[in-house]
Amino acid sequence: MGLTRQSFGAASLREKFAISTKSGQKIIALAGNPNTGKSTVFNALTGLNQHTGNWPGKTVLQAQGSFYYLDQEFVLVDLPGTYSLLANSIEEQVARDFICFADPDATVVITDATCLERNLNLVLQVTEITERVIVVVNLLDEARRKKIQVDLGKLEQELGVPVVGTVARSGEGLDDLKQKIYDLAKGRINPKPTMIKYDIRVEECINTIEPLISELHLGRLNTRWLALRLIDGDMTIIEGIEQYLGVNLSDSFKSEVSLEWAKVQVN
Amino acid sequence: MTKDFPLYRLHPGQNGIVTRLSAEGLTRRRLLDLGLVVGTVVESIRKSPLGDPIAYGIRGAVIALRKEESSQVFVRAKNS
Repeated sequence: MGLTRQSFGAASLREKFAISTKSGQKIIALAGNPNTGKSTVFNALTGLNQHTGNWPGKTVLQAQGSFYYLDQEFVLVDLPGTYSLLANSIEEQVARDFICFADPDATVVITDATCLERNLNLVLQVTEITERVIVVVNLLDEARRKKIQVDLGKLEQELGVPVVGTVARSGEGLDDLKQKIYDLAKGRINPKPTMIKYDIRVEECINTIEPLISELHLGRLNTRWLALRLIDGDMTIIEGIEQYLGVNLSDSFKSEVSLEWAKVQVN
Repeated sequence: MTKDFPLYRLHPGQNGIVTRLSAEGLTRRRLLDLGLVVGTVVESIRKSPLGDPIAYGIRGAVIALRKEESSQVFVRAKNS
């Protein structure tokens, strides 16, 4: 395991994100929509006092802190709040680049129990990138006040990843969260997120592009997801690959992808 | 079926159901991320003093959209 990581340079990757890790530490990314309590969870877990506030966009650059659970040290990275990872803004690009290029051992997505549906868009985008995901349904106290009940078991079943209910402000559910983070980072649980099937033309296009991507040997980067982004015509992802993975994509690769992309557009 | 019309023409208090988006590229992506997919119920909540932007209720959240964006979302009136 350690060897594979070394071989595609995850260590230097993390340096690029200014994450200093000692050997043996596990990296946990904290993602979520704005104002769902990411920083509150961050503070509760690390005991730090990262500024929390009830307005969007206050965590623009990631903050990091560490904590121990049982015999394991974790480095927790608080990412900017975003509704999406499809890189429309700097915040989204920071969050996306971290999740897909820094190769965290687990990504925790914090959601707001009072408007869960709206938060699930980001959850699905994250589970498309990585399987190592835990979903936290936070603000359960506010949901109770609004008489909203969340069926956590059902949600877990439908998403295919562990779900934890919390009230980060009071600490409710945080021990359960730490246990799940531990289990996931240690490889004791292996979530199998529900995969989204696209329409047949898109799926065919993925089938032709994915093998081309596999040939590039981009480590643990999810080839299906990358194929989707390329079909989407997302140039920022190509910049990300060149910048963080140090792989220069050949013009022939790019033109083959463009060709496939054009096919989807025409049909 | 009744004809669809741009979202900004929905009166405050009325509900509409999204029928299509005419936006492309990043704007389309952004609107989809906000939850405006076909079949979504949208409520026009209130207009700002100058009539633009307008606040909409979308999947449990209140979101203000400028006419520039809301003219690219099409809805049909929801029979209530």
